[in-house]
Amino acid sequence: MNSMRSMNRKARKVEDTVSSITGDVQALQKRGGEGKVYYPMGCTLNFTPGWEVDVSGGTAGLCQPVERDLFDCYLGCGWPAQVPDHLNNAPDWTDKCASAANDWRKVDIVFP
Amino acid sequence: MSGATLTESPYRLREFHPFESDGTQFVYLVPSGAIFALNEIGREIIDCVREEDRTREEMVATLGRRGYAERDIELSLTELEQSEVIFNSGENFVEKPQMPARSFPLQRIVLHVTNQCNLSCGYCYEYSGDKISQTEGKPKHMDSSVAQAAIDMLIKESAERPSVHVTFFGGETLLNFSLLRQAVDYAKTKTAEAGKTVEFSLTTNATLLNEQIVDFLAEHRVGITVSIDGDRELNDSMRVFHDGRGSYDVIVPKIKMLLARHRTNSIGARVTLTAGVSQVRRIYQHLTQEVGFKAVGFSPATASPDRLYHIGVEKMSSILGGFEDLAWEYRDYAVAGRQHGFTNVNDTLKELHSGISKAYPCGAGLGLLGVGTAGDLSLCHRFVDSPVGKMGHLQQGGVDHAARNNFLETHHLGARYDCHTCWARPVCAGGCYHEAFVHYGQTSAANLHYCDWIRGWNDLCLRIYGEINLRNPSFLNRFEEN
Repeated sequence: MNSMRSMNRKARKVEDTVSSITGDVQALQKRGGEGKVYYPMGCTLNFTPGWEVDVSGGTAGLCQPVERDLFDCYLGCGWPAQVPDHLNNAPDWTDKCASAANDWRKVDIVFP
Repeated sequence: MSGATLTESPYRLREFHPFESDGTQFVYLVPSGAIFALNEIGREIIDCVREEDRTREEMVATLGRRGYAERDIELSLTELEQSEVIFNSGENFVEKPQMPARSFPLQRIVLHVTNQCNLSCGYCYEYSGDKISQTEGKPKHMDSSVAQAAIDMLIKESAERPSVHVTFFGGETLLNFSLLRQAVDYAKTKTAEAGKTVEFSLTTNATLLNEQIVDFLAEHRVGITVSIDGDRELNDSMRVFHDGRGSYDVIVPKIKMLLARHRTNSIGARVTLTAGVSQVRRIYQHLTQEVGFKAVGFSPATASPDRLYHIGVEKMSSILGGFEDLAWEYRDYAVAGRQHGFTNVNDTLKELHSGISKAYPCGAGLGLLGVGTAGDLSLCHRFVDSPVGKMGHLQQGGVDHAARNNFLETHHLGARYDCHTCWARPVCAGGCYHEAFVHYGQTSAANLHYCDWIRGWNDLCLRIYGEINLRNPSFLNRFEEN
C-alpha cells in the first residue's frame, strides 16, 4: 500500500481487501501476486480481442485455441452476448458439435 | 447519502491506538486488530485530519502544497478509508451487526479430578474467603465413570473439530493419579475411534511427582503447568502444607527431575503474585536459572480488595515495572533470534500477531467447559461446583444449551458497555469472569479495576511487537498457525 505497511496477519487481510478496490487489473495469463486482484482479461468484456480474432485480425495471438475459446465463452464464462442465446433462441446450435476441436465447423450459423 | 454531501463533509479519525517504536509510527486498528506501520504520507494524512476539518478536496490541496503528488494523495485517502483508519463524516455510518455465537463446538474440558489438596496456599480461590464452589455432598475425587462420560460428551459436542483437549485440574491433580491414567487411556481410545486427536495438559503443585508419574506424563505428551512462586522465601510465604511447612524444599528436586525426564511437551511455571510476593525479576531469574524452567508466567492472585494479600494500587505499579523490565529483555532476545521464557509477553505477542478481535475474553462457556467431581458442568474450572455459571450435568441431560446460549448472549462484548470506548477491547474483551465475580458480584461486569493496567500492558507489547517486526521479523514466524 501507499500510505502504510501491514505488520500482522490481520493487517495483511485488510490489505488484500483494500487492494481489491485500489489494485491494478492483471492479465489473464498472470495469476495475481500477493495483494493483487485477479481479473480475467482476454475477453471482449475488457475491450480486448475476444474469442473471434486477435489484435491483428487473426487467431494466432489468442490466449487459447479458438475452438476452446468458443466453448469457454459459451459454457464456462457465462458471457452470452458473444455467442447465440442457447437458453431461449438457439438451444441446439452446438448439437452437431460433439467435440469442439474436431467438429467446430458444424456449429450452426445463427442469425440474430 | 448524496455524493455532494460526501465530498463536502470533512474527514474524521476512526478508532485506533497510535504508538511509536524504534522511530516508526504505527496504528493498532480497533476493532479489527490490524497493525500497520505508517508511511510518511499516511502520517501526514492522519495529522491533517487531526488538525482541522477538511473535505477530500481540501485534503488533496493541503497535501499537494506539502509536496505530495495528487495521485498518491487520492490513492492514500482511499486506502485509509477502506482500512478504517479515517472516514468521511458525510458517510452513512452503519455499525456492522454482530451475532453472539451459538452452538459453538466444544474444544476443551477441564476435569476437576479432585477438590482436595495437600497444600494450603493462602490465596487459593478454592479454599480462601473468596471461595465460590460448594463441594458439600460432592465426592472428593472424580471416579472413572464421570471422567468417561465427560470425554464422551467432549467428543460429541466437539462436532467437526479434528482435535480436542483434556485438561486435568483440581485440587491437586496427582492426588487422583489413578483416574488421570484411566482418563488418558480412555480419551485416546475414544478419540481415535471418532477420527480425532487428543492433547492433554495438567496443573500440579509438584509435591507428589515421582519418576513413574513423570514417565507416564512424558509418554502421553501431557503439557504441564507447575505452580511455584519463586525462591524458598517467596514460595513458602504462601505455598505451605496444612501444618504450615513451606513446600519449596519438597518440590524443587521433583521439578528438576521432571524437567530432566519429560521432554515431549512444554513445562511451564505459573507464579501467583500477591502483596508479599511481587519481585518479578527475582522470581523469574530464580525459576529459570536455579530451577531450570524455560517458561515462566505470572498472574496476580484473584482476591477481593479486603484480603491481606490483595495487591493494592502502589504494589501493582511496582509489579508492572518488573513486567516491563522483563518484557524489554524479551525484546532483546527476540531481536537476537532467541526465545525468552517470559510467557506473558509471548502469549500477548501471539494474539497481536494474529490480530485477534475477541467477542469474549476467553473460551469459558464457548469452547471450554469445566467438569466437577460429581459431573456438574460449569463455565470453567474456576466455577466448578459453584451455583454461578452452571452449564448442566453430565448424567442429567449433558450440556445445558439454553444456559450456555443465555450466558453467551449476556456476556458478549456488545453487552459490555463499559468496554465500547476502550482501544484494548480486541484483546481484553472485559477480562476474566471469575475475577469480575469476586470483585463485583457478577460475571458480566467488566473488570474496571485493571483497565489501565491492561491498556498499559498492551501498549508495551505493541511497541515490542513493532520493534521485533522492524528488526527481526522472522522471529514472528513462530506465531503463525498451521
